[in-house]
Amino acid sequence: MKIVMAKPGLDGHDRGAKVIARALRDGGHEVVYTGLRRTPEEISRIVMDEDATALGLSTLSGAHDVLVPRICELLRESGMGHVMVFLGGIIPERDHGKMFLEGVRAIFGPGSKTEDILAFLENSESRIEKNLPIGVFNDDGWHWN
Amino acid sequence: MTGKEKLLQSALEGSRRDLSRLLTMIEKGEELAMSKGEENLDYMILGITGPPGVGKSTLVGRIISYWKDRGKKVAVLAIDPSSPRTGGALLGDRVRMDSANSGEGVFVRSLSTRGNPGGISASLMAMSKLLASCGWEKIIIETVGSGQSEIKIVAFADKIVLVDGPDRGDIIQAEKAGIIELADLVVVNKSDVPSALKVAENIRSAFSFSNENDSPEVLLVSAERNDGIEEMMQLIQSSESPLWRSRIKIRERLLSLWDHRLMSSPMLNQVIDDIETGSISLEDGLDILSGWKNE
Repeated sequence: MKIVMAKPGLDGHDRGAKVIARALRDGGHEVVYTGLRRTPEEISRIVMDEDATALGLSTLSGAHDVLVPRICELLRESGMGHVMVFLGGIIPERDHGKMFLEGVRAIFGPGSKTEDILAFLENSESRIEKNLPIGVFNDDGWHWN
Repeated sequence: MTGKEKLLQSALEGSRRDLSRLLTMIEKGEELAMSKGEENLDYMILGITGPPGVGKSTLVGRIISYWKDRGKKVAVLAIDPSSPRTGGALLGDRVRMDSANSGEGVFVRSLSTRGNPGGISASLMAMSKLLASCGWEKIIIETVGSGQSEIKIVAFADKIVLVDGPDRGDIIQAEKAGIIELADLVVVNKSDVPSALKVAENIRSAFSFSNENDSPEVLLVSAERNDGIEEMMQLIQSSESPLWRSRIKIRERLLSLWDHRLMSSPMLNQVIDDIETGSISLEDGLDILSGWKNE
C-alpha cells in the first residue's frame, strides 16, 4: 500500500512518525514521509500528487481537534474521498468518537504495537478487495479500534 | 471512451488528480497511448544523480525554487530504493525539499524502484512525456544514490548534473570512467566544508589530463546556504551535450525497453521458479522470456 505519513501543524516531534514509517516499510509498504509542520492544504496536495491509498497523521500537540477535520474535509473536496486516514500520537480517549465521525479509521496511541498497525493495514487491504469502504468519504462507520 | 482515455483527457485539461492517477497506472506497467497532437515537445528533463548523502534532494529543492520564481511549472520524479526482501520503501526526499510543497506550480511524485515491473527507466520516459503534455515544462528526475557505473539516467534526461561532495575518496575516484564522463555539469555540493574545494580541484585536474576538450564544468555550490545556485542554473542552460552522447542515449533506451519487456512478461515468475528448481537453465529462461512480446 502507498501511504503518506504526515506531521500536521506546529508540533515538532517526529520520532514516533519515523518509527512507524520504518515499521510500515519493513511490513512491505511504500511510505512517503512529509517532514515536519505541514499545513492541511500541503498534506492534501501531497496525498494527491503521490496518489496514496492511505494517510497516517501523527500529532502530539492537541491540535488534532482542528487539523484532522480540516484535512479530511480537504480530501473529500478534492476528489480523494477514497483515501483512508489513520491517526497516531496523543489523542485523548474522549476525542476518539469525534475523530471516527470525521472519517478516521484507526487511532494508535502510546504503547501501540507495530504488529497491530500492520494488521490494521492488512485488514484494510482485504476490505478494498471486497469493495468495502475504507476511505474518508464513504463512511459506513467501520473503524479498527 | 475508455476510463483511461477519460482520465487522459481530464489530465490534459489540467486535472492534477487525474494526472496523478495516470502516473500510478504507468508505474504499474500500463501503457498510455497519446496521439501526436497531444504530445508536447517543448520541455526539458534534468537528471540529478550522484552518490548517497551528497545533497541531491536539497539541491533539487533549490532548483524547484529557482524555476518557480521564474514562473515555470516544475515537476519532480524522486526515486528511492525499495527493499529487495520485503518490497517496502521509505521515500523521504520530500523532507529535504521545502519548496516541494509550496503551491500549484510544483508537482512532486516519489517513486520506489519496485513499483515498476519493467524497471524504472521505461516508466520514467512515459511519465515525463505525460507530465510535459500536461503543461509541466521543467521536469527533474532525481535518481537513487548511485555508483559510478549507473548511467541509465542518460536514457531519459536531456541534461545531467552529477552531484558530489567532500570527503568522498581520493583523486582516483575522479579518474575512473562512468557517469562522470556523461555529465553536462559536475557540482560539488557543501562548499562551506573546507575539503570541498580540494575535491573540486581534484576533479578539474582529472579532466584537464583528458584529450577531449568537451569535459564538463566543475562548480562548487552550497545547496544548504543557497550559494552558487544561479551560476549552476546558467551553466545547465548553456551547456551543450556532446554529439557522441546521443548514440549512448539510444543504446540505454534500448536496454531499458529490453528490461521492461523481460520483466513484464507474464512468464517471469514461472521462469524464475523453473530456474530455481533446476528444470531449465538461465539461457533457456531468457529465451522463453524474450520470445514474449508486450503487444
